[in-house]
Amino acid sequence: MYLVKIYVTYKESILDPKGEAVNDALHRLGYTNVNDVQLGKYFELKIKADDRPVAAEVDEMCDRLLANVNMERYRYEITEMEAL
Amino acid sequence: MRVAVPVFPGSNCDHDMVNALVDVLKVDAVLIPATETALTGFDAVILPGGFSYGDYLRSGAIARFAPIMQAVQAFAAAGKPVMGICNGFQVLTEAGLLPGALQANRSSKFICQTSELIVTNNQTRFSRAYAPQAHIQLPIAHGEGNYYCDDATLAELRANHQIVFEYADNPNGSTANIAGITNKAGNVLGMMPHPERAVETILGSTDGLGIFQSLIAHAQEVSHA
Repeated sequence: MYLVKIYVTYKESILDPKGEAVNDALHRLGYTNVNDVQLGKYFELKIKADDRPVAAEVDEMCDRLLANVNMERYRYEITEMEAL
Repeated sequence: MRVAVPVFPGSNCDHDMVNALVDVLKVDAVLIPATETALTGFDAVILPGGFSYGDYLRSGAIARFAPIMQAVQAFAAAGKPVMGICNGFQVLTEAGLLPGALQANRSSKFICQTSELIVTNNQTRFSRAYAPQAHIQLPIAHGEGNYYCDDATLAELRANHQIVFEYADNPNGSTANIAGITNKAGNVLGMMPHPERAVETILGSTDGLGIFQSLIAHAQEVSHA
């Protein structure tokens, strides 16, 4: 069993109005040293090992569903769960 | 002409669409569940607005894998007319039937208002009832209607005359003021504004009629050919 942590964020060319709103709110709280807030998505998947390499399968899941590659990019970490 | 209006869990403009088609335009149109797998006997498909699957993950991202969408892909590939309004447009971009994507409005606000559009291409099967460069008033209602595509895609959209509707006063930040586009073949249209909400004087505008009248005229030509 693998634990896969996937992070999806907007590409730099894409507006992130929610991130901007959080940035503004932090400034109002006095954290004026905050320069930029990126708001993204985080997924945790538990995947049973099979005959396919898990990384290839995760790439495919991200490309097909979890991210829209027109607007978003993704990265992930894979851990063998027995090792946890 | 017989029109299918697929209903996804969370669609909410489906009945408005059928009302416009059946009651106003006197066209045969029916709601079909998104769990259907065939579009046999239909001449056109219109994906309605709403919040399919709660817009979870991204608008349209889950709807594009609904069972009916495989039939919609085949229907589009066969050159038959497919329209997506609002959430339907988002579903069509997620499905890869139209280029680009719909991102959050620049203002981060949900915008619900009447918008002025310019019909920039009246040579499509969806827009031929309008005069060239006609200005029309259609309602918009969306939080994620800000059309985005990269420069190469925009150049291709322009070269192939795929931009059908532009906003006169870009309310949401869309690239090149884009409100509606077709695919390269011209048989798939996606648009954020709601023509089905502008088909009777009591609704404030009848400017949406032209889209359906264009589609009906095209269907009649096809059936007589």
